[in-house]
Amino acid sequence: MENKPQFKQETLTLIQEIKKRYPEGKHKSALLPVLHLAQAEFDGWLSAPTMDLVAEVLEIEPIEVYEVASFYSMYNLKPVGKCLLEVCRTSSCWLLGAEDIVRHLEKTLGIKEGETTADGMFTIKTVECLGSCGTAPMMQCGAQFHENLTFEKVDSLLEKFKSEGKRTTYFDEVVVENY
Amino acid sequence: MGKKLLLANDHIPGIQGYEVYRKNGGYASVEKALKTMTPEAVVEEVKKSGLRGRGGAGFPTGMKWSFLAKPEGVQRYLVCNADESEPGTFKDRYLMSRIPHLLVEGMITGSFALGAKTSYIYVRGEYYYIIAILEKAIKEAYAAGWLGKNILGSGFDHDMYVQPGGGAYICGEETALLESLEGKRGNPRIKPPFPAIKGVWGCPTVVNNVETIAAVVPIVNDGGDAYAAIGIGRSTGTKLISASGHINKPGVYEIELGVPVEEFIYSDQYCGGIKNNKKLKAVVAGGSSVPILPANLILKTVNGEDRLMTYESLSDGGFASGSMLGSGGFIVMDETTSIVKNLWNFARFYHHESCGQCSPCREGTGWMEKILHKIVHGHGEMKDIELLWDLQRKIEGNTICPLGDAAAWPVASAIRHFRPEFEEYVLNGHSIKDVKHYYSVNRIQE
Repeated sequence: MENKPQFKQETLTLIQEIKKRYPEGKHKSALLPVLHLAQAEFDGWLSAPTMDLVAEVLEIEPIEVYEVASFYSMYNLKPVGKCLLEVCRTSSCWLLGAEDIVRHLEKTLGIKEGETTADGMFTIKTVECLGSCGTAPMMQCGAQFHENLTFEKVDSLLEKFKSEGKRTTYFDEVVVENY
Repeated sequence: MGKKLLLANDHIPGIQGYEVYRKNGGYASVEKALKTMTPEAVVEEVKKSGLRGRGGAGFPTGMKWSFLAKPEGVQRYLVCNADESEPGTFKDRYLMSRIPHLLVEGMITGSFALGAKTSYIYVRGEYYYIIAILEKAIKEAYAAGWLGKNILGSGFDHDMYVQPGGGAYICGEETALLESLEGKRGNPRIKPPFPAIKGVWGCPTVVNNVETIAAVVPIVNDGGDAYAAIGIGRSTGTKLISASGHINKPGVYEIELGVPVEEFIYSDQYCGGIKNNKKLKAVVAGGSSVPILPANLILKTVNGEDRLMTYESLSDGGFASGSMLGSGGFIVMDETTSIVKNLWNFARFYHHESCGQCSPCREGTGWMEKILHKIVHGHGEMKDIELLWDLQRKIEGNTICPLGDAAAWPVASAIRHFRPEFEEYVLNGHSIKDVKHYYSVNRIQE
């Protein structure tokens, strides 16, 4: 049995704030935002104990959390690397070489799509259209969109991530590129 | 350049922040509506403007607003659909990141018209950084007195929140979006009842796309008639087009509806022509769901008229020879593109994104992907093309929400206009020589 996870106090305060966005008794609406917070706080993925904790905090049944977490593609139900490389594979990104980017990542990192490097640093995930079609091909890492990708750009990004060694989350500060 | 209503100021340094936005005429529509107009008068202006839903369906916005039920003592809601997920579409992200206060302003003016005391902007989770931008804008609007209690002394109270999605294309469908906003799986609801009667938490709700809500600002400022004077026929006003694919200048362009497609593709004002001096092969004009058209049919209708960027002109000829304006996700493909493999890419998308509620869509999208995979990899048979045709026909119109149709139309149109290419894949499989792109991106060549 794992140790029961606990939210940080500041996260609990934030969750209470989020619950106030909805009418009385409709706090289940907080589930999607809270799952994002939980994922960011507990190593980038949602374990069963983490989901149970979310159910407890929101006063809903665990099954209501599981069924939602398993429906949406952003919730990882298995451990992922510190840097989750989400490469868009759809439409314009595909037209402009998304598959080449995935292949390049696979070759450079020595893993296949869906796998994590042995050092736990990188996971490659292919995702559907991220709305960056005019700056294709692209990948998302944490909140940041990395656009107009080339092999060189990918290489320097991987170097940067490795040297920083940080876990990326959707709550990271973002540099907004000019279009 | 045509007239710009939404992106007229997006290049001004600092326009993301409240001060600069306000200095450039921001929040004038809220002032005008709350101080000089009744809610009904605002709805009337939107009706007069002829504004149609910019998310893809093109339903008249004023009419949608007038359907909103107003029972005594029941809250009403305005929900902004910022779940932009239609492949080829990125205009809402552009608008929200460049000029977030325009959306906030439109939400306040729209909520006043609808009598909504609370509104939500449902943003797809992948756009988390946009959520941060919007929350900052909302905070600034509260501080400046545009949100909160008794706005401008009018007695109108309003609160606005941003809600993140979890990554699901289906949540762009309005009833799925409402389910998701309630903290559930994004399964579309059976209509009726429509959201205007029973929306979020069973309350009357209007769901509008980001661009639609932003367009309310110039409509209220300049009047519905001024908006309706732009464009052609029932395609009034301006539209944001997301241009991508094999073009020299991809990006978001605000056009006056009515620009000829040929001008849009080849003019330096817009797409700037096909990349690397290649020839145009095909265009998906309104996001991946709308029928694909070959070069000749996207430039001219079957009657030989110039095809224009309007709802009517793009759908001229029905599905036999036309398409749709849709979300304005304009994907251009050059002569090296494999239509068959592109279709497989689309089919994989719809299979991935089907919510699984209706059998024709859940099973059909999977089979379409499998069959296309087989054809693309050189193992197809002629009867597979017929099977694909049969499948798409049995999905279309047989599902609760339009995702089924959206999955069927690309398949039907690709077979209709490019059947010889499918046959080529069946007959010659791996040895296809004319489709260079096929080699450059396909793994099986190694």
